[in-house]
Amino acid sequence: MLSFLNKPLRRVPPWAIYVASAAWCGWLFYLAATGRMGPEPIKALEHAYGIYALKLIVAILLITPLRKWTGLNLLRFRRAIGVSAFFVVVAHLAVWAILDVQTFARVWADIVKRPYVTIGMASLVLMLPLAITSNDRSLRKLGAAAWRKLHLLTYPVAVLAGLHFIWLVKGFQIRPLLYLLVILGLLALRLKWKRRPIPA
Amino acid sequence: MARRWTNTLTQADVTPEHLWLNRRQILAGAGATGAAALLGSEASAEALEPNSWDEITNYNNYYEFGVGKDDPARNAGGLRTSPWSIEVNGLVERPGTYTIDDLIGGLDLEERIYRFRCVEAWSMVVPWNGVELNDVLDRVGVKPEARYVAFETVVQPDVMVGVRRKVMPFPYVEGLRLDEARHPLAILATGIYGKQLANQSGAPIRLVVPWKYGFKSIKSIVRISLVADEPPASWPMLNPREYGFYSNVNPKVDHPRWTQATERKIGGGLFSQRVPTQMFNGYEEEVASLYDGMDLRIFY
Repeated sequence: MLSFLNKPLRRVPPWAIYVASAAWCGWLFYLAATGRMGPEPIKALEHAYGIYALKLIVAILLITPLRKWTGLNLLRFRRAIGVSAFFVVVAHLAVWAILDVQTFARVWADIVKRPYVTIGMASLVLMLPLAITSNDRSLRKLGAAAWRKLHLLTYPVAVLAGLHFIWLVKGFQIRPLLYLLVILGLLALRLKWKRRPIPA
Repeated sequence: MARRWTNTLTQADVTPEHLWLNRRQILAGAGATGAAALLGSEASAEALEPNSWDEITNYNNYYEFGVGKDDPARNAGGLRTSPWSIEVNGLVERPGTYTIDDLIGGLDLEERIYRFRCVEAWSMVVPWNGVELNDVLDRVGVKPEARYVAFETVVQPDVMVGVRRKVMPFPYVEGLRLDEARHPLAILATGIYGKQLANQSGAPIRLVVPWKYGFKSIKSIVRISLVADEPPASWPMLNPREYGFYSNVNPKVDHPRWTQATERKIGGGLFSQRVPTQMFNGYEEEVASLYDGMDLRIFY
């Protein structure tokens, strides 16, 4: 259906994803630093990075279903999107820890005492092995099967990130619920495929 | 009855808006020598530098108009504030439907520069214009059996996107113990910087209780009820573990999800430092006696 896009997309180099992501984060930082993100730019920037990271995580989960259903092949970009997501999460953490909470003692206290911070951190920690092994050498070293197994960590990473968002808001808010719903939906699709393998 | 609170600040202390930025620059230079010359409570009062009108009206929690901080500024334009009437009922001598003028006309309209501390650990300084709630209660006449005051916010679903999305139960309700309501620091505000309240700030009339977290200071009031028992309050009803009826600013009692020991002052930019939160938001001397003998970790 969308496979006609595959040919022109082949001309887009995956590194463009890194450049675009870094540029977007830089732009957001510039807006916050120059007073263009409202009267309280710290939380605004923290949230903007968090939401952007969540979008990239959803994008990663979308790649396989898109290929199955529409023929659109974005596999070439998956690694770049994943590693970009990791860097954006690190930026999100940095804004929270350095600009928002500000002292190491308070950062540590929050990680230990506040469940929504704990699961956010857990999500980031689970991303670490994925970021470290997102290169051809690691893939060869681990072997394709083990590497693929390790990268199933993407699923808990996504679920924890979705929960992290829901847990931090006040009242009944639609947006965080939608993110988690989409994430769970995309994961549920995979369960279905496993039970009923599609004939080649 | 509590003594009448005497404001140490006057209209002259309110920085005209156009001078506000200037003053901040001057203060930066004069700060070191100037601050040392001032003593006691006057020093802390003098250190209160009001936020700008733009900051005050573009960073709001008013969930009827959406959950984002900039949503109220964007969405509150349609709120119908005129004509406005406030129903006063319950244990009062003179119940009825009051216009704002009926309710506060002729009372001392004062300038009150208060710290405003949100439960979300950010804070502002706001130069309110308003009347003491105490005087309003005298006007409507409080019956001896009354022990609490309950308040209710207007609901106009057609112009309130948050009400239509049901982000929490509406109407928003809040309450105070009668002695808290009688405290001279508690005001009903109708303006900021001498201008009428912006809709997103709770026009046309709202409560301001500066020693409590901001959500106690209910906006756009349409009902005031004198009652015998502790009235329901919206956030404690929604999440009693996180929000209590009293909700006094207290750096020693954390919100389950974040610390209340420090706060971010709005207006300091991306690199502003957190500052320690003060007990009762800096009004400990004035209000602590209201809570003598109460364990504030239980009555949070």
